[in-house]
Amino acid sequence: MSRSWRGYGAAVLLLILGWLVLEPLLLVAIDAFRGTEGWTLEAVRAFVREPNEWRAAWNSLWIALASVLLAGTLGTALALLTRLVHFPGRGLLGALLALPAVLPPLVGVVAFLFLYGESGVIARGVMALTGATEAPWRFEGAGAILLIHATTMYVYPYLLVRGALASFDPALLEAATALGASRWRAIRTVVLPLLRPAIGNGALLVALSSLASFSAPYVFGGGFRVLPTQLVSTRLNGDIAIAMVETLALVALALVAVLLASRLGGPGVRGAGKGLAPAPSRRRSALTLPAMSVALVATGWLLLPHLALLMVSFVPVGAWTSSALPTAWTFTNYAALVAEPSRWQPFATSLWMATLAATAAAFLALLVALAARDPQRRLSRWLEAFLALPWAVPGTVYAIALATMFARHQPLTGRIILIGTLWLLPLAYLVRALPIVGRAVVSAIRGLDPALDEAAASLGARPWRVFRTITLPLLGPVLAGATALAFVTGLGDFMTSVILYTYDTRPVSLEILGAIRQGEIGVAAAYGVVLALISAGAFLLAERGRGQAT
Amino acid sequence: MDTVVVDRIAKRFDETVVVREISLTVAEGEVLALLGPSGSGKTTMLRLIAGFETADAGRILLSGRDVTGVSAVDRRCGMVFQHYALFPHLTVGENVAYGLAGRRMDAAARAARVTETLALVDLQGYESRAVTALSGGQQQRVALARALAPEPTVLLLDEPLSNLDPTLRERTRRELRDLIRRIGITTVLVTHEQEEAFELADRVALLLDGMLEQVGTPEALYGDPATAAVADFIGRVTHVPGIVDSITDRATVVRALGTTLQATGRGLEVGARVDVLLRPEALVIDPAGPIVGTVEHRRFVGAHDLLVVACENVRVEVLADPMSAVVGTTVHLSPSGVGAHAFGTPA
Repeated sequence: MSRSWRGYGAAVLLLILGWLVLEPLLLVAIDAFRGTEGWTLEAVRAFVREPNEWRAAWNSLWIALASVLLAGTLGTALALLTRLVHFPGRGLLGALLALPAVLPPLVGVVAFLFLYGESGVIARGVMALTGATEAPWRFEGAGAILLIHATTMYVYPYLLVRGALASFDPALLEAATALGASRWRAIRTVVLPLLRPAIGNGALLVALSSLASFSAPYVFGGGFRVLPTQLVSTRLNGDIAIAMVETLALVALALVAVLLASRLGGPGVRGAGKGLAPAPSRRRSALTLPAMSVALVATGWLLLPHLALLMVSFVPVGAWTSSALPTAWTFTNYAALVAEPSRWQPFATSLWMATLAATAAAFLALLVALAARDPQRRLSRWLEAFLALPWAVPGTVYAIALATMFARHQPLTGRIILIGTLWLLPLAYLVRALPIVGRAVVSAIRGLDPALDEAAASLGARPWRVFRTITLPLLGPVLAGATALAFVTGLGDFMTSVILYTYDTRPVSLEILGAIRQGEIGVAAAYGVVLALISAGAFLLAERGRGQAT
Repeated sequence: MDTVVVDRIAKRFDETVVVREISLTVAEGEVLALLGPSGSGKTTMLRLIAGFETADAGRILLSGRDVTGVSAVDRRCGMVFQHYALFPHLTVGENVAYGLAGRRMDAAARAARVTETLALVDLQGYESRAVTALSGGQQQRVALARALAPEPTVLLLDEPLSNLDPTLRERTRRELRDLIRRIGITTVLVTHEQEEAFELADRVALLLDGMLEQVGTPEALYGDPATAAVADFIGRVTHVPGIVDSITDRATVVRALGTTLQATGRGLEVGARVDVLLRPEALVIDPAGPIVGTVEHRRFVGAHDLLVVACENVRVEVLADPMSAVVGTTVHLSPSGVGAHAFGTPA
C-alpha cells in the first residue's frame, strides 16, 4: 500500500464520518438561527422567554448533577466493597451487579414500572396490607427519574472502578498500613486519589447518560420535563426553530460535561506498581459479615426490578387484580409473541436494523482504526473527534439532526430524502454504534505492539497479509465485544426510534410501550425479558469468542 | 564478498541526529556486534539494515545488492526483536512457518522445514504449543527459529538476551553463540553489554552518540582503544595526567605518577600533555616500585582484590593478589607494561 493511496483512503473516510456525524449537527445549528427572512435570534428569545423551555434545561442540569452524585457514590462504594473486602460469594455478587450494563434502558424503565409503579408489586402489597383501594403513591416526577438513574447508571463507575482496582498494586495499601495508617485512612488517602481518573470517567458517563436519558423521563416524568422530552414535544407542536435551540442547548450541556471531565483528570493507577490484583486478606475479619450483608442487600435491591419484570411476564391478562402477588401463572404472553405476526414482526425489524447498523459500524470502525493508528498525526485527532461527537451528544439530538438532514433532496451537500423510508432508522443506529465500536477498536489497535507488524514484514508478509493474519485476528475479541454492544444498543433503542420510526420500521421498544398503553402488561414484560435475553446472549457469544482467542 | 555493506548512512528523527555518517561492513559468516549505551543509535542502525527505517543519506547493500530504497518485506532479513514479537494468536509451529508462505514449497516440505528449524533451537515437538505458554528462554528460541526458518542471508538480533533473567542469560548466550557458529550465518546484533558483545561477536562496533568510535576485535577494543571514550566505555579505567616522554615503534612512553610508563597512543608528539587511562592491571604491587600511595579501600572480587590507592593528588585502581594489602597502609607500585593508554588533551 503506497503512502498516497493511504492518504486518499483516509481523506474519504474523514468525508464519510463528517457527513454522518458533523453535517447533521451543523444543519440543526443553522435551523436554530434562521427564520423566514434570513438570520434571526427569534427562536433563542422564545426559548428564554418561555419558562417551560428554560426550566427543562435547568431540570436536565440538576438531574444530571444529582445522578452523578447518587450513581457515582453507589457505584464506587459497591466496587470498593466487592474488590477490597473478602467475603463468601464475592465473585458471584460482583458479576451480578454488572448485569444492568447489558439491559436496554427502556426494559429497565419498564421493570421499574412493574416494581414501583401505581399497579406495581410494592404498591399492591401495601394496598393488600392496608386494605386501601387506591394506590398509596404515584411513581412520577424528579424523584422517580433520579431513583431509576441512580440504580441503573451506577454500573459505569462500578465497572470502571473495579477495572482500575484490578490493576491496583496491593503493596501501596500495605505500605500505607506499615506507615501506621488505619484502613480507612489508607483508602481515603491512597486508594481514592489513585482511582480519581476511573471515578471521573464514571461520573462523566453518568452525566452524559443522564443528559441523554429519554426513556425514564418519557415514561415517569409526568409534568416534569427535561430537555430530551421537551424538545420532542416542542417538535411535535411544530415549533421547529425552538426545538432546534433546545437541541443545541442539550449539545452544549453535554460538551460542557466532557470539557469539565477532561480538566479533572489526574494520575491514574497505571504505572503504579506491577499491576497485581489486590489480594484482600482471606481471613475472616470484623468486616466480613457486614460487607456480605450490605452486598447481598444491594444486589437484591438493584436486581429486584428485573425480577418483577420476569414475574409479570408470566401473569395472564386480567388475572392479577387485588392480591399482592399474582395467583395465576401462564406462558401465553410468550406464546402471543410468536403466534401473531404483528407481534413478532417488530423483533425481526429490530434484529435486521441492529445487525446491519452494528456490522456497518464495525467495518467503518476498522477502517478508522487503521487510519488513526498513529495518535500523533493530525488526521488521527480529527477522526477521533468525529468518533467522540456521537458518543457525547445525546441520541435524541442525533435523531432530530438526522431527521433534519435527510428531509431534503440536495445531493451536492450529501442530503437525500430518507425520512419515511426504511433506511433512516438503521442509519441513526449506525451513528450511535460508531463511537461504541470505533473508540474500542482504535484503542485496541494502538495497544498492539508495532514490532508484530515489523516481524511479519521482515518475514515477507505484505500489508494485506499482515492485516489479514496478524492485525485482524488480534483485534477480533475487542471488535466482537464492541460490535455486540453496538448491536444490543440498536436492538433495544428507544430514544432515536421514537422520533424516526415509520410503520415499516416499528422496533420492539415501541411495541413494548404500545402493549403497556393497551394494558397488556404481561406481553410488554415478555417482550422485555426476550430482549434482555437476546442482549445477554449476544454478550455471552462475544465473550466466548474472546475466551477462545486468548 | 561482504554480506552487509553500510555506506555513510545517516538518520535523524526531527531535529535529533541519531546516526551520523556511519560506514560498516560485515563479511560472510561474520558476527558483528553493535555495542553502545542507550541512545547511541545502535538499534536505529539495526532497523536501517532491516528496512524498518529509511536512511536520510547513504547506501545499504545486502549480498552486493543495493537495497537502500527497498522495503523490509523485500529485504527479508531474519530479525529477532527485543521483546520477540511472537504472534500471540498463533502456535509455535505457525509462528515458525509464517515466513515460509508464498514460497514454492508444498505443505509437507513446509512442515519439514518447521520441524527442522525447531530442532535447531532444541524445541522438538513444540509445534502445537501456544507461544504465550512458553518460558522467556523458550520464547526467545521460537523467535530465533522463526527468523531462521526462511533461511535469510543475514540475521539481525536486537538485544537478544536482555529479556532473560541473569541466571538464564549466560547459558542462553553460549547456546546462541554455538548455534550461530554452527549455521555460519552472517549476523548483526545489538547490545549494551560489553560481555555479551565480546562473547558473541567476531568484531565489535562501538557506537557513542550516533558516531562509530571504533570497529575491531574485542581484544583490539580493549587493548588498543582508538579514543578515550572507547577506553572509558570498555572495562574500568582511572584517569591520570601525564606528559609524552618519548615515542618508539612499539609504544609511547609517558611520564605520570612521578615515573615513566609504556602506553598505547596515536598521533602524539613528545612533550604533549596527555590524559593517561590506566586499567586496574596497569600497576602492580612491588616493594621496589617507584610509585607510593596509601590503600584507601579494598574490594574483594574473587580471584583478586581491587584496591583504591591514593597517590599524591589522584586515586588509581589496582588489581592485586588477595590479602596482599591492608587498608590504611602504604604500598609501592610499579607499571606492569600493559593496560595504559595515552590520549591528547584538548589545549
